[in-house]
Amino acid sequence: MDPKEIKERMKIPRQAMSEQDPKERVKNFYEVPQGYTPELAMQEAKRCIQCKNPLCVGGCPVNIDIPWFVRLIAEGKFVDAAKKLKETNALPAVCGRVCPQEDQCEKVCLVGKKGQPVSIGRLERFAADYEREHAEVTIPNIPKWTGKKVAVVGAGPAGLTVAGDLVKRGHKVTIFEALHVAGGVLMYGIPEFRLPKKIVESEVEYVKKMGVEIVCNAVIGKLETIDELLLNGYNAVFIGTGAGLPVFMNIPGENLIGVYSANEYLTRLNLMRAYQFPEYDTPVLRGKKVAVVGGGNTAMDAARTALRLCPEEVTIIYRRSREEMPARIEEVHHGEEEGLKFMLLTNPTRFIGDDEARLKKVECIKMELGEPDESGRRRPVPVKGSEFQIDVDVAIVAIGNGANPLIPQTSPDIKVNKWGNITVNQDTGRTSKKGVFSGGDIVRGGATVILAMGDGRKAADSIHEYLATGVW
Amino acid sequence: MFEIAEKKQLSHTVALFKIKAPMIAKKRKAGQFIIIRLNEHGERIPLTIVDSDNSEGTITIISQEVGKTTSMLGALGKGDTIMDVVGPLGKATHIENFGTAVCVGGGIGIAPVYPIAKALKAAGNKVISIIGARTKELLILEHEMRKTSDELIVTTDDGSYGHHGFVTQILQKLIDEQTKIGLVVGIGPVPMMRAVCNVTRPYKIHTVVSLNPIMVDGTGMCGSCRVTIGGKNKFVCVDGPEFDGHEVDFDELIRRNRSYLKEEKIAMEEATYHEGTRCYERR
Ligand SMILES: Cc1cc2nc3c(=O)[nH]c(=O)nc-3n(C[C@H](O)[C@H](O)[C@H](O)COP(=O)(O)OP(=O)(O)OC[C@H]3O[C@@H](n4cnc5c(N)ncnc54)[C@H](O)[C@@H]3O)c2cc1C
Ligand SMILES: Cc1cc2nc3c(=O)[nH]c(=O)nc-3n(C[C@H](O)[C@H](O)[C@H](O)COP(=O)(O)OP(=O)(O)OC[C@H]3O[C@@H](n4cnc5c(N)ncnc54)[C@H](O)[C@@H]3O)c2cc1C
Ligand code: SF4
Ligand code: SF4
Ligand code: FES
Repeated sequence: MDPKEIKERMKIPRQAMSEQDPKERVKNFYEVPQGYTPELAMQEAKRCIQCKNPLCVGGCPVNIDIPWFVRLIAEGKFVDAAKKLKETNALPAVCGRVCPQEDQCEKVCLVGKKGQPVSIGRLERFAADYEREHAEVTIPNIPKWTGKKVAVVGAGPAGLTVAGDLVKRGHKVTIFEALHVAGGVLMYGIPEFRLPKKIVESEVEYVKKMGVEIVCNAVIGKLETIDELLLNGYNAVFIGTGAGLPVFMNIPGENLIGVYSANEYLTRLNLMRAYQFPEYDTPVLRGKKVAVVGGGNTAMDAARTALRLCPEEVTIIYRRSREEMPARIEEVHHGEEEGLKFMLLTNPTRFIGDDEARLKKVECIKMELGEPDESGRRRPVPVKGSEFQIDVDVAIVAIGNGANPLIPQTSPDIKVNKWGNITVNQDTGRTSKKGVFSGGDIVRGGATVILAMGDGRKAADSIHEYLATGVW
Repeated sequence: MFEIAEKKQLSHTVALFKIKAPMIAKKRKAGQFIIIRLNEHGERIPLTIVDSDNSEGTITIISQEVGKTTSMLGALGKGDTIMDVVGPLGKATHIENFGTAVCVGGGIGIAPVYPIAKALKAAGNKVISIIGARTKELLILEHEMRKTSDELIVTTDDGSYGHHGFVTQILQKLIDEQTKIGLVVGIGPVPMMRAVCNVTRPYKIHTVVSLNPIMVDGTGMCGSCRVTIGGKNKFVCVDGPEFDGHEVDFDELIRRNRSYLKEEKIAMEEATYHEGTRCYERR
C-alpha cells in the first residue's frame, strides 16, 4: 500500500457500533450492541492498512488471517470474508462478540499505536452475522470415513472445535454433553443480551451439519466412563468439560435462601429462561436489593442480568479497587450505564437472614490495599473494626470456578494438578492416559472462549496424528 | 425424546412409569437418580430410579404429584414422551453385608428405599422393612417390599391399615427388643428422616438418609443442592444423595426447600388441566 493511501486510511475515524439505549435495554434481554451495517463495516475495514507483517495475527490465539478477511469486507465480499474466518475459527459470530479483543488482536494492531485500533472483533461479528442472515451457509466437503472414531466429552467451545476439525479430516466424531443442550458456558453462562442463544444454536447446527453427532443428556463418568468409551470402539477421547464447579466464600449464612452461586443464578436465567417465568417453569428469586460479589466478567454478567429483573438496586461488592477488576472495561462501562452500583474495597463477612432463613442483610468489611501478592496485584487486607451492614435480599457469589471432579474421580489414571485441573502436554493436549486428550477450561481453569478453541484446534491436530500413527 | 413404555397409577397422586432409556438401565445402581425435563419450557426435576429392566431397556420411576412438573408428568401416559432424561446421577448406595439392615420408608420415600432394600438383600443382609403412609390409599410398593424383605411392618398415621402410628415408633420398638442392627436406611419426608435419625442417634446405629434438595443441573455445576453435612458444604447431586443421617443439618434442608414456595404456587395456578389433551397447559 502506498504511503498516501495509508495516510488517507489512517484519517478514517473508528466506526461506532450502535447500541440499545441503556434506559430501554435494562428492561429487556435483547442484545446490547446492534452490529455494523454493511456501509459502516466497509468503512471500518478500510481503516486497516494491510500490514505486510501483521502484528494482529500474532495477537489472536488462533492466528486468524485478519488482514485478509478485513480486506474482503472492505471490498464488499462479506460472505467470502466469513468463509475465510471459518477456515481458522469455527465460531466467528461468538468470538466477534465475546473475545477480549482489547487484550488480544486489537491490542497490537498497528493503527492502534497512533489512534484507535481497527475494530477487528466487530468486523468478525459482522461478517459471520451477514453470512448467517444472507447466504446459504455452505458445508465444507467431508472426506471419506477414515475408519476411526473419536469421542468428545463436553460441547463447549473446546469440544465443538475439536469435533469440527476432526470430521473435516474424515473421522467419525460423537460429542457427549451433560446438559440438555450443546454450547457449554455459551448457553448456560453468558447472558442473552451479550450473546443471543440463537447464534450459539446456529453455530452448533453448523457443526452437526458437518456430520458431528451430538448426544445430549450424557454425563460421562456416570453414563459411561472414559475407559468404557475407549473399549466401546472410540479410538481417542477429548475431554473438554470446562470449569464448572462453583467456589463459595465459606462465610456464615452462605446457605440462606437468596444466596446463589453465579453458576446457579446464570443457569436458571440463561439455560432455563427463568426471566420468562412462569411461561418457562424454572423460577428465580428476583430480589429488590441485589448484591453481586466479585469483580470479573462473571460478576458483571450476573449483575447486568439482575438489573434486567427490575430490582431497586444492584451493587457489585469487590474487595480490591477498580483498577484491579478483571472484568472487561467495556462490560464495566455497560453496567454503569445501566445503573449498576459499585462498592469497592469491600468484602462480605457474613450473610444475615430472617427467621425463615431468607437473606436480609450482608455484613461487609472495608479493605485496603497492601503489598503485591503472587499475581502482582496489591493484596487486599481488612480494615479492623470497619464492619457495616447493608440491606440485600438476593446475593450472587461470583468469585470463580474450580474444576469439576466427575471425570478424574472415575478415571484416576488421568493426572490432575492440585486444583483438580487436568494436566496435559502443552503442545499436543495429551493427558497422562493413552488416547485421551484435553483442553479448554478443565485444563486452564477459567479462561476464554478463544483460548478453549485454540486448545481444541491443537488437540485436533495431535489426535489426527495419533489416529494415523497409533504412536503415543 | 424418551418414551413412556408403561404407566401404573399407585394411588390418587402417585404413579409408576417405565421409561425407555436402555443406556441408563444398563448402568444404574441402587441409590441413583435421574433428572427429567418434560418439554421445552420445563423445569429439570430429580427422581429416583426405582428399578430397571435390562432386557426391555427401561427404568422405573415413581412420582408423586406435588407441584407443576410432577402434575404434568402425572398427566402423561403410555406412549407419551419426555423430552430429556439424564442419568444415572449421584453415587450408588454403599452396599455390604451389615448383618441386619432396617429399611424405613415413608410416603413417596418408599420408592427410593425399595432398590436399596433389594440390593441389601442380594448382598446377604437380613432385611427388616418398615413402611408407612398417612393413610392406606397412599401406601405404595407393599407387595414389592414384602418380596425383598425378611420382615415387613406397615404403619399408617390414621390407622386405616397396619399399625396405627409412625414408622419411628416401630423402629424404636425394634431397638428396644435388642435387635442387633448393622444399618438403618431412612428415606421419606425430611421431618421423618430427622425423626429416624433422632431415634438411632443415642444407640450410634449407622443411619443412611437420602436427601431431596432443589436441583438444577445435577452434575455439581450450580451448587443449588448444597446442604451442610457435618459442618461442611456438600453438593447432594454428586456427593450424595445419601449421607450419614447423624451429620445432616435437616433444618437447613427444610428451609432451603421452601425457597420458591411463592413461585411454585404461581406455576400451579398458571397451569390448568385439559381433559382433551390429558395435559396441563397454560391458561
Ligand atoms: C458468566 C461467564 C461469562 C464469560 N464471559 C466470557 C467472555 O465474555 N469472553 C470469553 O472469551 N470468555 C468468557 N467466559 C469464559 C468462557 O466461557 C470459557 O473460558 C469457555 O466457555 C471454556 O470453554 P470449554 O469448552 O473449555 O468449557 P465450557 O464452555 O465450560 O463447556 C464444557 C461443557 O462440558 C459439559 N460437561 C461437563 N462435564 C461433563 C461430563 N462429565 N460429561 C459430559 N459433559 C460434561 C458441560 O455441561 C459444558 O457444556 C465466561 C465464562 C462465564 C462463566
Ligand atoms: C435425589 C432426589 C430424588 C428424588 N426422588 C423422587 C422420587 O423418586 N419420587 C418423587 O415423587 N419425588 C422425588 N424427589 C422430589 C422431586 O424432585 C420433587 O417433588 C419435584 O422436583 C417437585 O417438582 P414440582 O414442579 O412438581 O413441584 P414444585 O411446585 O416445584 O415444588 C413442590 C415441592 O417440591 C420441592 N422441589 C421443587 N423443585 C425441586 C427440585 N428441582 N428438586 C427437588 N425438589 C424440588 C419443593 O421444595 C416443594 O416442596 C426427589 C428429589 C431428589 C433431590
Ligand atoms: S478470534 Fe478473537 S482474538 Fe482472534 S481475531 Fe477474532 S476477536 Fe481477535
Ligand atoms: S495490525 Fe491492524 S492495521 Fe495491521 S493488518 Fe492487522 S488489523 Fe490491519
Ligand atoms: S444440582 Fe447443581 S450442583 Fe447439584
